[in-house]
Amino acid sequence: MRRQVPLVICFVAGVLMLAQSFVPPLNWFYTNALAWARIISCIAVFIGLISLVRLHATKVRRRAADWKFSIITLLALLYMMLAGLLTRYGVFVKLHGQCVPGSMGDKIVTGFQNAFNFQDIFLNIQIPVQATMFSLLAFYIASAAFRAFRARTFEATLLLVAATIVMLGRVPVGHYIWGVPQATAWILDVPNTAAKRGIMIGIGLGMTSTALKIMLGIERTYLGIKD
Amino acid sequence: MTLETFSGTFGLWMGAALTLCIFSFLYKDNPFYRFAEHLFVGVSAGYWLVYNYWNIVKPNLIDPLREEQWQYLLPLVLGIFMLTRLFPNVGWLSRWAIAFMIGSGSGIMIITYLQSNFLEQIKSTLVPLDPTGQPWYVVVNNVILLVGVVSGLVYFFFSKAHTGVTGRIARIGVVFLMVSFGASFGYTVMARISLLIGRLYFLLHKCVGVI
Repeated sequence: MRRQVPLVICFVAGVLMLAQSFVPPLNWFYTNALAWARIISCIAVFIGLISLVRLHATKVRRRAADWKFSIITLLALLYMMLAGLLTRYGVFVKLHGQCVPGSMGDKIVTGFQNAFNFQDIFLNIQIPVQATMFSLLAFYIASAAFRAFRARTFEATLLLVAATIVMLGRVPVGHYIWGVPQATAWILDVPNTAAKRGIMIGIGLGMTSTALKIMLGIERTYLGIKD
Repeated sequence: MTLETFSGTFGLWMGAALTLCIFSFLYKDNPFYRFAEHLFVGVSAGYWLVYNYWNIVKPNLIDPLREEQWQYLLPLVLGIFMLTRLFPNVGWLSRWAIAFMIGSGSGIMIITYLQSNFLEQIKSTLVPLDPTGQPWYVVVNNVILLVGVVSGLVYFFFSKAHTGVTGRIARIGVVFLMVSFGASFGYTVMARISLLIGRLYFLLHKCVGVI
């Protein structure tokens, strides 16, 4: 039962999903399965969240390295949960006044509290930190490029030339250099498209064969079954 | 200064301080960076939890169940099965939910990938190479596209040793792949530089006001 039932579910769900493309009366399964999959994957997010809480709670309990920072993570998570989930039910409204309907919980718009409500924490903490973390990669990518782009071989030279032209073509000064905008467009439209197309065809065939193997129960590592 | 202005200013400076905390990693790992990093992890996890609840769970599961659409009991049960992963004794039940997700995903993937990644790409590659009625450079580009796609595919065909003619065609494929990787790298670098400019502009314009 532990092995056979999941394989049967996988096969039936796969066949129904495949068949609905050719048998219109089965479209109900497509519509429902998409909504169901969204719900299940969303609930799966909670597993990650619980793991995160367990990890940091354990670090705090055992006084492991950097445990004080784990408290910050847990407090931030707790505050965002409360601010995001409870505002709609009026808890924060009673405390801080006016409430404006929003897409994710309601927004408190009065006074100092404004900097600490759900949406403003997202705007003032998550967005700046996320953007800065990704922008840090500019420094590391530049350092990696310095090491990788030494024109030692013909292939490395091609990589260097293509990257340089594309980078120049993406900045305002590149538009004033003769031929650079045209060369950038040509690289992106012709050789780049050709290579990407080859890769995409390979991916298409690979995905199809893997999907068939999964449906037929040949590939079952996703279930944690080793044989 | 009104409370409204003060709260806006406070939020701005909070963003600026956290930006500097993250940038401090360029020197070396330090407590300021770790503080910002841990704060980000907590805020981000909380944000996505709330986002998933209001935008997916509530409208797609709780509301339909309140309206007595009982077919939504199935994803609820499978979702609960998914959570059994946290309990080793009944963890095997999560395989049912995973099997449903993987199975339905595989079924839809066969059609979509065959259509978008296989048939459409071949259709777009097999364009007329006849010079009549179209500029010469379009024909040249079409020939280059065809050569690039075929040689790229030969490079990824590992059932035959890359020697002789196959090896030479695969080598042409490598040329196309390198140009493509270079272009992708250039794009990625520029995207990161753009983000960096955005952060510096935020600090120097919005916070300090020097530019």
